[in-house]
Amino acid sequence: MSERRDNEMAVPGNDDATLDPHSAQSGDPIDNPGLPAHRPRPTDIDRAAEKRAERQVAGMFGLATLCALLFGVAYFTLDIGEDPDTFLGLGASNLALGLALGLALLLIGVGAVQWARKLMSDHEIVEMRHPVASSEEDRTATLAALRQGTDDSGIARRPLIRNSLLGAVAALGIPAVLPLRDLGPLPGTALEETVWKPGMRVVNDVSGLAIKPAQVQVGQLVNAEPAVFFARDEEGEPLLEGPALQAAKVKAAVILVKIEPEQINALPARADWGVEGILCYSKICTHVGCPISLYEQQTRHVLCPCHQSTFDLADNAKVLFGPAARPLPQLPIGLDDQGYLVATSGFQEPVGPSFWERGDR
Amino acid sequence: MSAASVRKREPAKVKKPSKIGGAATWADDRLGLATVAKKNIRKVFPDHWSFMLGEIALWSFVILLLTGVFLTFWFTPSMGEVVYEGSYDQLRGITMSEAYATTLEISFDVRGGLLMRQIHHWSAMLFIAAMFVHMMRVFFTGAFRKPRELNWVVGGTLLMLGILEGFAGYSLPDDLLSGTGLRIADGLMKSIPVVGSYVSFFAFGGEFPGEAIIPRLFTVHVLLIPGLLLALIGLHMLLLVYHKHTQWPGPGRTEKNVVGYPMMPVYAAKAGGFFFIVFGVTALMGALLTINPVWLYGPYDPSKVTAGSQPDWYMGVAEGLLRIMPGWETELFGFTISWNIFLPGVVAPGIIFTTVILYPFIEAWITGDKREHHLLDRPRNAPTRTAFLVAAMTLFGLLWAAGGNDLLAILFNLNLNYITWFMRVAVFVGPPIAFILTRRWCISLQRQDEQQILHGYETGIIMRSPEGSYSERHLPIDPAAAYYLTSRDRDEVFEVGSKADGNGVVAPGSRKNTVRARLSRFWFADNVQKPTRQQLEEGHSHADQELALHAADAHPADGHQYDGRHDVAGDELRKE
Repeated sequence: MSERRDNEMAVPGNDDATLDPHSAQSGDPIDNPGLPAHRPRPTDIDRAAEKRAERQVAGMFGLATLCALLFGVAYFTLDIGEDPDTFLGLGASNLALGLALGLALLLIGVGAVQWARKLMSDHEIVEMRHPVASSEEDRTATLAALRQGTDDSGIARRPLIRNSLLGAVAALGIPAVLPLRDLGPLPGTALEETVWKPGMRVVNDVSGLAIKPAQVQVGQLVNAEPAVFFARDEEGEPLLEGPALQAAKVKAAVILVKIEPEQINALPARADWGVEGILCYSKICTHVGCPISLYEQQTRHVLCPCHQSTFDLADNAKVLFGPAARPLPQLPIGLDDQGYLVATSGFQEPVGPSFWERGDR
Repeated sequence: MSAASVRKREPAKVKKPSKIGGAATWADDRLGLATVAKKNIRKVFPDHWSFMLGEIALWSFVILLLTGVFLTFWFTPSMGEVVYEGSYDQLRGITMSEAYATTLEISFDVRGGLLMRQIHHWSAMLFIAAMFVHMMRVFFTGAFRKPRELNWVVGGTLLMLGILEGFAGYSLPDDLLSGTGLRIADGLMKSIPVVGSYVSFFAFGGEFPGEAIIPRLFTVHVLLIPGLLLALIGLHMLLLVYHKHTQWPGPGRTEKNVVGYPMMPVYAAKAGGFFFIVFGVTALMGALLTINPVWLYGPYDPSKVTAGSQPDWYMGVAEGLLRIMPGWETELFGFTISWNIFLPGVVAPGIIFTTVILYPFIEAWITGDKREHHLLDRPRNAPTRTAFLVAAMTLFGLLWAAGGNDLLAILFNLNLNYITWFMRVAVFVGPPIAFILTRRWCISLQRQDEQQILHGYETGIIMRSPEGSYSERHLPIDPAAAYYLTSRDRDEVFEVGSKADGNGVVAPGSRKNTVRARLSRFWFADNVQKPTRQQLEEGHSHADQELALHAADAHPADGHQYDGRHDVAGDELRKE
């Protein structure tokens, strides 16, 4: 073990298998016949084949140069932007740049491999492995050095120093972790609240227009939002915009559906949560929060496009299938004095994906 | 330090006054590289196509670094809102994040930008795919065994980091699809018991989506994870060089040598050339195959989504797990545990990665094998291991398909709920079936190998005996092939008593040993072992007798002269 035979070249094929402790012990039925004799390739013995291979390799490198030049030509001649050149419906610039670059690279690569396969020596070489573990002397020496080092430091004899150092390093955990506290605010009650308030109009999510019951047909699903998303202050600036608007949307987006009243199977407490068969549910899936909107009007089922949870809107948005565990929260709605749909309260439970403390309040 | 561990550095030898020699001397005077280089310049690498898979991963990573740097020159990782005024007509005038707007700029207003984006995305897919396949190769051939267990751990960590890196990069453009992915990640975080909502608020800098996640993911994507990947790839390569590559058994190859071609020039040309080939192929893909056309999806809006949303392929398993999990949720003292999200989204990936990382140690414990292995196993010669991976692949494939249950429903016009139910059952039934089938299949292949070694191969020559019965002639296989088939270890089933104390004292941990013996029996007991020399000689003498019988026959059937035991120079089939 002590002798490192690293990189020692053995005679090909004479590295007898019986040297191998594993096979010696298990009794190989057949002796290692040794490396097969080298067979020359055509390029080793035929001068013409060798020249041909040389031309092939150089030819590929030459073509690669050409492709790289073509890349340059395409870069300057083909337009992108508002009025791009196209070729067979594809962007001509992307296509030409990619083809030229791809071919240039491929030709270099194939040329290099061809060079290795045809012209470089294909004699197999045998290299001896060395034991992965260090030699016994090295191990002993290292351990001795380590011991000498620790003895010198006196760490074993001076527990006061050792323990106070350990304590000090452990205490560094505080400055290491604590600054991460300001990565974000604490959740507080944010997840339980939405922007919905009693009397807030339910408006179309694209136009922002308020909705009258007569505008919603049986079988229709309307993607809706609270009117505050479209409200502006005195200076004409939106009340909510940017991240605040996005965060509000995450919880406040809703869907309106109109179902024949006799088909609605509302919980007793929710008997007056709809208007003329129009019901309002959270659009946010109770599984992991994707917006839901694939609606089957005949069955009144709505399906989440992310993980296919299916909810029955006629039956309090109960989960019919899929990984969601809870019904979509329902928003009680009524009419304001102008006859538009409004929320009569906020959501009465947190919307969206579950979290540990959601049932806490 | 003792003298043994001090290596005396010899001064660089004066080289011939050639130009290269001069430069080498200059460098060695300052760096002392010759000592290391002399070992490695002609370092031998064994040749096999499957050793190239890891190279694909390595080179994809280099391509990712190159194209990624290009993309950062234009990309602005900000969720600040701007009104798009670029070249893409359909989105002009729309408010969007700067991240999305600059992604559009790269795609439409930077020459070669779309190409670089597409090469970057394609090579990311390839990077992870190549790591997967490389890891499967290592697993199937037992290349993870001692002394390479730690390199397996490094590799498993690389795969995990690669997947995280891919997800982070995929999320950066802030388009509708990637935003939906982040929304799902937010749901997963919130499902963690006790701290879920805190994790989410800290990750997103407040309520989802907030303004922080894109810049934070950018730092993770271009600095933190690539730095770790780079360091771990370096370690992976260093260990590869130190351990030397494994090789397939065969004539002239042993546990003590490496047979192959030298690094300089053959591998430098082949592997270096291969970098250009991988880059060339991904460039062609970037030219011809559209990937992630974010301009079609629009900017992220948490109230919008598209049907048929799919993550990148490597997230398909996580997606499938989420989709087929039943909607279980528990309320306990007013607190909610979302098993339906927490189990598939957080616990399952943890279990999978832990199993992957620990596998070499688990197998070594069961088999009790503490030897070094440098010769690869053929998959059939480790039937239980092979079956284990095939079972895992089956599970992977099923979950992956489950991740597209909606697309399957549309494609095959099937009921989505039936597909989901099928998958719910199949993930438990499919892998055991695959395990049993693979294991038996491997053992059958071992039997066939044994037949070939002992009785030779089927010649296709049908003999009729004087009594009129027919039989097929077998002839011995080529000695090199026979050596290849027998060049493997004998499996040793661990017995409880094997470590017993001479005085009959029950060894501590004997219960553990019982478990281990049972596992070891399950692991090995059905395997076919290679024949002993004696068995082989019996088999051959049987064949020789048969041959002698035929030789005694006055009219040996034509074709027999080619049985490898006769000189056939100048011989030809008789024409009558």
